[in-house]
Amino acid sequence: MLAGCGGRSEQLTVSAAASLKSAFTAYGFEGMRASFAGSDELAAQIRQGVRPDVFAAANTKLPDELYAAGLVEKPVVFAANELVLAVPADGRVTSLSDLTGDVTIAMGAESVPVGAYTRKVLDGLPADERAAILANVRSNEPDVAGVVGKVAQGAVDAGFVYRTDVRATGGELRAIELPPELEPEVAYGVAVVKGAEHPERAREFIDGLLSGAGRAALDRAGFLPPPGT
Amino acid sequence: MSWFTALLVAALALALAFLVLPVVAIFVDAGPGELLASLDDPGALDALWLSLQTSLTALALIVVVGTPAAWLLATRSFRGRELIVTLIELPLVLPPAVAGIGLLAAVGPRGLLAPYGVSFTLSTAAVVVALTFVAAPFYLRQAQAAFAAVDPTWLAASRTLGAGEARTLARVAIPAALPGLTAGLALAWGRALGEFGATLMFAGSFQGITQTVPLAIYERFSTDFTGALGLSAVLVCVSAALLLAVKLGFRAAR
Repeated sequence: MLAGCGGRSEQLTVSAAASLKSAFTAYGFEGMRASFAGSDELAAQIRQGVRPDVFAAANTKLPDELYAAGLVEKPVVFAANELVLAVPADGRVTSLSDLTGDVTIAMGAESVPVGAYTRKVLDGLPADERAAILANVRSNEPDVAGVVGKVAQGAVDAGFVYRTDVRATGGELRAIELPPELEPEVAYGVAVVKGAEHPERAREFIDGLLSGAGRAALDRAGFLPPPGT
Repeated sequence: MSWFTALLVAALALALAFLVLPVVAIFVDAGPGELLASLDDPGALDALWLSLQTSLTALALIVVVGTPAAWLLATRSFRGRELIVTLIELPLVLPPAVAGIGLLAAVGPRGLLAPYGVSFTLSTAAVVVALTFVAAPFYLRQAQAAFAAVDPTWLAASRTLGAGEARTLARVAIPAALPGLTAGLALAWGRALGEFGATLMFAGSFQGITQTVPLAIYERFSTDFTGALGLSAVLVCVSAALLLAVKLGFRAAR
């Protein structure tokens, strides 16, 4: 710990999607200081001039946009996930079709990846079902951790989150799978931030995510390999 | 100018620059036209309206319950009084996240009072509960001090003339303490308008129902920075007006 604080070159600052928290913490990369939040908030910070070493998002759109704006190096896709419906283990929602009834729902705000994926799923439903589900939404949370919290607290009956989030609750929540034809492709992109203080260590960190201790931690947390591998 | 005075001036200049710069930047970063245009958005108007409604409801609750409570604390000495005062002031120093967790644990859907049917969540009422919790101590503290500072001979005179305590409170103490009460109210209002963390954790964020101005600012931050600046500018103006009202109130009292 002392060595980590003393040697500045040992440090690595990571801005990562809230859903990556348990996997990145388990990765155990030496000197990593991570800030976990909605990917869109972290991207906005980078646009405002914040310079972490690594940016890891719950989609590929935000890293691609930052790359196009010349703010990060070329992003790579390092993991995939699945959107599921999280419910309390003893909850009254047991399938996606229950969401049109007398229940309450939390989802991500439109700007955060989990919220965008959720809306994509709803767009695949008939218009009346979609409207009925949207009418049951009680909170649009700024990140996926907020959705998990609202379901875990019993504030809502169900919430759209990633499979790995449900797994991280250790049985408190249960995942209801979405029909395969509705399941969006959830891919995670990571990039070295231009002007990063520790670009070498940032590359090392990303290499570990692709094949190494980071990959193993992602596997353990339930993340899937990047699409097409 | 002595070296020490120069040091004092330098310290003040530093403090002033540090505290004023972010506020000025809000207005400089986007032009007044852009700021105004960003408010022409139903989400922003909903947030402003909701903030106004919930903060005023919270203030009404605080005044109705807080005024007699503060009067009692200011006029009686009893065992445990210090403890009660400390407990009442505790929310002043609690981080908003702790307030959010505490409210969930107390009156959330699985809270202590849930078995008795008392639970608020993800509703406008929950926002009012959160605002009342964080803002009430500001009023209670100030009201207590204001009542304690009322000249006791006035109160004694009122009683000698046959007025009961209730009448004395209403006709003598409250008018005499009014500037202090107003100042406490303005501080409580400012705190309520700015509340973010406890509201998000306890009441969630939904346009028109629970998304107050600070939550709307946070939501806009990632996609619409100008919109976030516009709403921030409104909050700055309202807060500045409140502060000014407090100062003028105090001046009028003297």
